[in-house]
Amino acid sequence: MEYVIDMRNIRKEFPGIVANDDITLQVKKGEIHALLGENGAGKSTLMNVLFGLYEPEQGEIFVKGNKVVNNDPNIANSLGIGMVHQHFMLVDKFTVTENIILGKEPTKGGRVDLQTAAKEVQALSDQYGLHVDPFAKIEDISVGMQQRVEILKTLYRGADILIFDEPTAVLTPQEIIELIQIMKKLVSEGKSIILITHKLKEIMEVCDRCTVIRRGRGVGTVNVSDSNPDSLAAMMVGREVNFKVEKDDADPKEAVLTINDLVVLDSRKVPVVNGLNLTVHAGEIVGIAGVDGNGQSELLEAITGLHKVHEGSIRLRDKDITNKTPRSVTEKGLGHIPQDRHKHGLVLDFSVGENMVLQTYYQKPYSKSGILNFKPIYEKAKKLIAEYDVRTPDAYTPARALSGGNQQKAIIAREVDRDPDFLIAAQPTRGLDVGAIEFIHSKLIEQRDNGKAVLLVSFELDEIINVSDRIAVMYEGKIVAVVDPKETSEQELGLLMAGGKRGTVHAE
Amino acid sequence: MQNKNNKMKYLVPLISVLLGLLIGGIIMLVSGYQPVEAYVALFQGIFGGSYYAGETIRQMSPLILSGLAVAFAFRTGLFNIGVEGQLLVGWLASVYVGIFVDAPAIIHIPLAILAAGAAGALWGSVPGILKARFKVHEVITTIMMNYIALYSTNEIIRNFMLAPGERTENIKESASLASPFLQSITEYSTLHYGIIVALIAAVIMWFLLWRTTLGYELRAVGFNQHASQYAGINVSKNIVLSMAISGAFAGIAGSMEGLGTYQYMTINAAFTGVGFDGIAVALLGANSAIGVVLGAALFGGLKIGALNMQSIAGVPTELVGVVIALIIFFVACSYIVHWLMNRVNKGGKI
Repeated sequence: MEYVIDMRNIRKEFPGIVANDDITLQVKKGEIHALLGENGAGKSTLMNVLFGLYEPEQGEIFVKGNKVVNNDPNIANSLGIGMVHQHFMLVDKFTVTENIILGKEPTKGGRVDLQTAAKEVQALSDQYGLHVDPFAKIEDISVGMQQRVEILKTLYRGADILIFDEPTAVLTPQEIIELIQIMKKLVSEGKSIILITHKLKEIMEVCDRCTVIRRGRGVGTVNVSDSNPDSLAAMMVGREVNFKVEKDDADPKEAVLTINDLVVLDSRKVPVVNGLNLTVHAGEIVGIAGVDGNGQSELLEAITGLHKVHEGSIRLRDKDITNKTPRSVTEKGLGHIPQDRHKHGLVLDFSVGENMVLQTYYQKPYSKSGILNFKPIYEKAKKLIAEYDVRTPDAYTPARALSGGNQQKAIIAREVDRDPDFLIAAQPTRGLDVGAIEFIHSKLIEQRDNGKAVLLVSFELDEIINVSDRIAVMYEGKIVAVVDPKETSEQELGLLMAGGKRGTVHAE
Repeated sequence: MQNKNNKMKYLVPLISVLLGLLIGGIIMLVSGYQPVEAYVALFQGIFGGSYYAGETIRQMSPLILSGLAVAFAFRTGLFNIGVEGQLLVGWLASVYVGIFVDAPAIIHIPLAILAAGAAGALWGSVPGILKARFKVHEVITTIMMNYIALYSTNEIIRNFMLAPGERTENIKESASLASPFLQSITEYSTLHYGIIVALIAAVIMWFLLWRTTLGYELRAVGFNQHASQYAGINVSKNIVLSMAISGAFAGIAGSMEGLGTYQYMTINAAFTGVGFDGIAVALLGANSAIGVVLGAALFGGLKIGALNMQSIAGVPTELVGVVIALIIFFVACSYIVHWLMNRVNKGGKI
């Protein structure tokens, strides 16, 4: 059997760490091959070796049977390998065609020949069923469409081996379904695909074979038809992974968060939260399910003091926190794991240690009379790093250098350690691998079991159903239903989230 | 990795200086001057005796302070182009207190310096408030405030403080930073005690930024306003404070001229340029306190040395301006320096 890509026993070292150690990746022609591994397992390094950005210390690479000694990224292109990046590399103001030909513009009489190029783009789009308009501007098309432009870019350059780097991370559920169809179409037309991912569901659905790497080492390659999500997860993490979140029944006590008739206006003075009522009790996790843009972010911002409350009241235990400053709300016992950890959760250029005291730096023992005291700050940080298994070289490393999962662990360590009565977790597991997800879920449940109130907002319905004790469905700025996760299904939630009614909804 | 970055931090300015001198030399050659002779004269003009050292140090004091002003604002994510204007109002404030207040030197000098700092802070906080309150970009407002400062100070001198010669009267002896002692040990240069003020200010900037909760907040806001806001830090307050503190450094830079070098303030036809040089000094010094002091030393040295270069080698002082511009150019596009160093290192391993 000849492989289109055959990377044998690749080893790549960086000062201090071995990023890839004895990894073998063999891709057959016409297959979708998954490359599975946790955040920071070495997937990107391996792909960079394939692309010639890094030179491996050991190992050989064959592309379509020919040995490659490449340390020039252009070689990958000339060998027909194309990458569909997770973060698109497109010029917003350019049209689809202009983006696709960028760097390889066909010319006629010294002018860029857009007409011919557009025809070519159209032909490729038709051939693979991409439905891309060659003349649309990038800024006017959806994220899913932009991704297809990235795919077209590689096809236009003659790629027959396509690498997809976490392609579904940015897509809506509907777009994911369409992407999967496109990938199947691509392989049926003779292309080969490497899918970099840590989402097991997608691998089961679309891939033929799967190569797993764990902490830089190749674990092995399996046929997807012979495996299941549990075995893949175990290979990836190195131990059994619990998908079903283990927890006892909730034992809700007194109300911790009470929201009455809350109205929040957006910048155009339109009510985005419109007469919302919600109570979260000590010892329970309330999940908020809803389609993005139904006022979830504004609700959280109103609670945390970041967004002005127009009408209604928010109480934390017996204290009124309506329109209080974020600091005063925090001091009254709120913890917040924000949705966007880079933008809102961390100061990426600060060290891990400095980030650990982002809300408490002005208190003793971290400072005294306005003078910082670094010894207790870093002692605290080291303690939290150990306790929450944040993988970082040390507490002095900039938060930017950590992988997404470890950044999130650092935020959770900081928030949970302050021992807040009420914890908000917004999309706490977005973009994380199963090991980190399991850890974060267990921490949320631990908080609940310690008698804290937890509010979980997530667009992942499995997460909502698995972790929550009660589910509040949010639609057009209101809680339209409160359901018991044991008595509901994804279908029913989906219906409620779309504004549908249901006879047996348990109102609060 | 960390070590390599640290090394680069020092190497880039150093190599930029060498490249600036090299290309400056080529320009001299092309223009028909003798670069070797010129540079010998330049360096003699910097190191050739205690007089030159005194002049260089005197030149450094306002440069350090204006560099600190730019660096401080930059550390908190703000680009203060208004150092020039803040310097002018500071200069005027110090001279005003120097002329119209009677007090023993021990009170008079600090009072005049503080007045300069307060005036600069006030001037700097206006763009800060506009930014925090109305999201007006500080680059635009600080530039406009420069012109307001220039013409307002001129107008105030003209109407209230005019002495013969288009300037104010001299400040009282008790407010003067001039030092007969320092002058006598430097062959009667114009060296004054201002350098001590500037060095203290550098220490204060470092301490403020890296050792206080205020500095923590300012740096947090500078790096990531959103996360700072989420963490409960008052972003608006910090923007205004940052501009005010930056303005205070700039104002005190003005007092170096008012209480030290000149002892009075003239009606300025144009900007002094010291405020703008501060941008370059901060850039050269990588926005760190120690870097700013070193950057100011280089600038001060080159400017003083240029005078000697002109009189000995006949090379116009403007060429030193070209060299300075080249150095800034290479620091600003440190990419070129990185690339050059990689080329040099290529013989070894990648």
